[in-house]
Amino acid sequence: MTWEVVIGLETHVQLTTASKIFSGASTAFGAAPNTQATMVDLALPGSLPVMNKGAAERAVKFGLAIGAKVNQRSIFARKNYFYPDLPKGYQISQFETPIVEGGSLTITLDDGTEKIVELTRAHLEEDAGKSVHEQFDHETGVDLNRAGTPLLEIVTEPVMRSSKEAVAYAKALHGLVRYLDICDGNMQEGSFRCDANVSVRPVGQKEFGTRREIKNLNSFKFMQQAIDFEVRWQIEQIEDGKKIVQATVLFNPETGETKAMRSKEDAMDYRYFPDPDLPPLVITDEMFARIKASMPELPEAKCARFMSQYGLPKYDARLLTQDGATSAYFETATQAGADAKLAANWTIGEVNATLNRDEKTIEQSPVAASQLADLIKRISDGTISNKIAKTVFETLWSGDGASVDAVIEAKGLKQISDVGAIEKIVDEVLAKSPAQIADYKSGKEKALMSIVGMVMKASAGKANPAQVNEIVKRKIS
Amino acid sequence: MSWNTFATVAETKKALDAKQVSATELATHYLDRAHALQPALNAYITLDREKTLAEAKIADNKLAKGDAAPLLGVPIAHKDIYLIDGWKTTCGSKMLENFIAPYTSTVVKNMADAGMVTLGKLNMDEFAMGSSNETSHFGSVKNPWDLTRVPGGSSGGSAASVAAGLAPASTGTDTGGSIRQPAMFCNLTGLKPTYGVCSRYGIIAFASSLDQAGPFARTAEDCALLLTAMAGFDPNDSTSLDRPKENYSRDLAKPLGGLRIGLPKEFFGEGVAPGIAKAVDEALAVYRKLGATTVEVSLPNVKYSVPAYYVVAPAEASSNLSRFDGVRYGHRAAEYTDLMDMYKRSRAEGFGAEVKRRILIGTYVLSHGYYDAYYLQAQKLRRLIAHDFKKAYEVCDVVMGPTAPEGAFQFGSKSDDPVKMYLNDIFTICANLTGQPAMSHPCGIDKDTGQFVGMHVIGNYLDEARMLNVAHQYQLATDWHTRHPVL
Repeated sequence: MTWEVVIGLETHVQLTTASKIFSGASTAFGAAPNTQATMVDLALPGSLPVMNKGAAERAVKFGLAIGAKVNQRSIFARKNYFYPDLPKGYQISQFETPIVEGGSLTITLDDGTEKIVELTRAHLEEDAGKSVHEQFDHETGVDLNRAGTPLLEIVTEPVMRSSKEAVAYAKALHGLVRYLDICDGNMQEGSFRCDANVSVRPVGQKEFGTRREIKNLNSFKFMQQAIDFEVRWQIEQIEDGKKIVQATVLFNPETGETKAMRSKEDAMDYRYFPDPDLPPLVITDEMFARIKASMPELPEAKCARFMSQYGLPKYDARLLTQDGATSAYFETATQAGADAKLAANWTIGEVNATLNRDEKTIEQSPVAASQLADLIKRISDGTISNKIAKTVFETLWSGDGASVDAVIEAKGLKQISDVGAIEKIVDEVLAKSPAQIADYKSGKEKALMSIVGMVMKASAGKANPAQVNEIVKRKIS
Repeated sequence: MSWNTFATVAETKKALDAKQVSATELATHYLDRAHALQPALNAYITLDREKTLAEAKIADNKLAKGDAAPLLGVPIAHKDIYLIDGWKTTCGSKMLENFIAPYTSTVVKNMADAGMVTLGKLNMDEFAMGSSNETSHFGSVKNPWDLTRVPGGSSGGSAASVAAGLAPASTGTDTGGSIRQPAMFCNLTGLKPTYGVCSRYGIIAFASSLDQAGPFARTAEDCALLLTAMAGFDPNDSTSLDRPKENYSRDLAKPLGGLRIGLPKEFFGEGVAPGIAKAVDEALAVYRKLGATTVEVSLPNVKYSVPAYYVVAPAEASSNLSRFDGVRYGHRAAEYTDLMDMYKRSRAEGFGAEVKRRILIGTYVLSHGYYDAYYLQAQKLRRLIAHDFKKAYEVCDVVMGPTAPEGAFQFGSKSDDPVKMYLNDIFTICANLTGQPAMSHPCGIDKDTGQFVGMHVIGNYLDEARMLNVAHQYQLATDWHTRHPVL
């Protein structure tokens, strides 16, 4: 039997407000335990929540960016359950009337195809604190610094059909929230974490299979691994004649496996009801208009602009506009005089790959956009080849060399475009390659490439490839 | 110094300004009397002479400098539901038996800013859940008029302390009648303002959408002075009304000519003790003499007040009281096996029977599948009752009736029957459900039982100044409010 995978994602996005959603305490990461907790965050008797409008503004921005319905009047509700890191015994969230409903996000898959992911809703809520087990013997510590940190929980419809799609969506969402500057996107610190609802069903079946929810995926790599494992496990179970039981599961990166935390039988009744301490959250027309006017150019619009303004293919434009930092990098390089297509190739290719290799964000790129522009200018004016440019790039990346020209100079990487000099090298190579010449003459085109390769090698890659090609051809014809 | 322990706030302030008495002398006087009568009345949970006298000394220094704070040097006692920085704040519960508040509630701060000196923390029903003060972990408060009877609840200590002359005034809170019913039982004037007039910040929440702070005093004139000090917008309470400060004394002197009093037939039917009905009728005759007219009105949905209240209040309470989990503060069981066991034991030990009953009711009505049938229906009833009042105010200025169907009762006479106890709040609850201001002022005695009768005055939203004017004019013409118990 062939199986279809069904995935829906719930993403907790920590909003970039300086203070908490219902108190004045700081949201900065990493302070000593319980130093960033006010009466409200400690849930002292008599304390009351006061809405941080900055969190609402960010939610509205998100709603506008995904073409959703923004509810100008939304309701906070209490989600009741007992846990030591939940100081009030309830979480303030939104239930029946969230601030954002609907909307969609377009994702680009590895093969260049696009897919529209529909969103169900996005609602505001407060984060819980943290239980600390390691430092205490047989006891648990509670750190409430994180309690009350504003979150936007973004929920998709169950429309993704593979771990790749799920990861592409998560990456696109991650890019968007950073683009909008509503979340710092720091996954290690938990600013962006996903829960994946995963089920499988025979291809062609209409009804969904029973889902299991993988909690707290805080890296794209883990997301892919966890979903892949979960899918295999579910198919195995069903093929073994077992039933999937709805459950919440955790992914263990050490083993690469998912494991059930609790099944639906112990599912809690959260006793949601509107929070009587908070009046409805109202986004006035004035506030709504102001946020609308302050919206940055959205990825969709920017993509279209990149295509028309820079003559880029859609694939390039899409990749460059998935997050603001990448498109800014590209545009800075272009404005500094770099050829747009080359700048696009380099940003999507070499820069991106090297960032991934070194686990850096584009803001942390050791090669600034202006340096990339200098590099591309030297390719365009024939000073260096594209290949040599990679060597220069690597040198700059590792911090050796003050500028593109300095590196080219210091390492003697300047392209050889002098016909006499190239001819000299070609003659030397041809003298040692009678066999290849004979092959070429007998009609083997490949032999030409082999000779050109040897010439390039002999010039340490510095000879202008187009010229080499032309000279070799002329000499052996 | 000889001091009339039953002096009003207005009289006390006059004496302070005339230097006939100092803040320290007053504080000492009331502290001594509170201590002396504590064994008989049990009105206070905490008295702290050192703290009180320190505040009094500061007030005296300010008085000497001619500081114009409106109630500078006047003592006041607070219900033990208000947090005051450095003071033990128990809410009448074992759960908070040793809880020292780390901050001060806005209402107490406002009163301190007005110059008032804190005398101590007053006994109350546990978490304000009760109508007789019998649910306090610290023992019941006795009615100063008859020690075998209850002072009312939940603000029983607030009422008893003022009635017995242990304080010139006190604060209470009113979620379903917890100011007005004890005011009636102890022959005092008590006011629950419009929801949102006084900040709830720093008041331990019972039912957030119903809770409101208010004053207890001997007279409406005093209540006006106290409310002026207590009330005001507070950015720390999102349900606080953002409006300018008001002087609630401004209309006290207005004559009552032209006042239209609405009398809902639902407040005068069966269930009201005949002696109470009679006293209320006589009081209405006084009002007519003062120039008021009466008109019958109908509040057809008000009969649903008690059931609606006993859905909404426990629902909110069950959630509000979840924070008392033994984790960060409050009672924690001495022994437990794991987290769940810690929760269970701590809460089982820390809460009394009535609190547990309401948590159970509230948890039930919010449960999956019951929410629509109970909580949502109850919220709809609140709107219907509010609409009834809105219609009534088309033909009248204030609504009147008895504060409670029955006067102060004997200890133990209702404590075994929660429903009987709940019905004592049948007239007061509606104003909490709608958020309207309501007060009780002394208006006579039930000749059958010898117990005091309170006139319940329900005003339209934000009409406190008018209500206080009405009660003040009545008090100028009568002397029920001037009677004091012999202790």
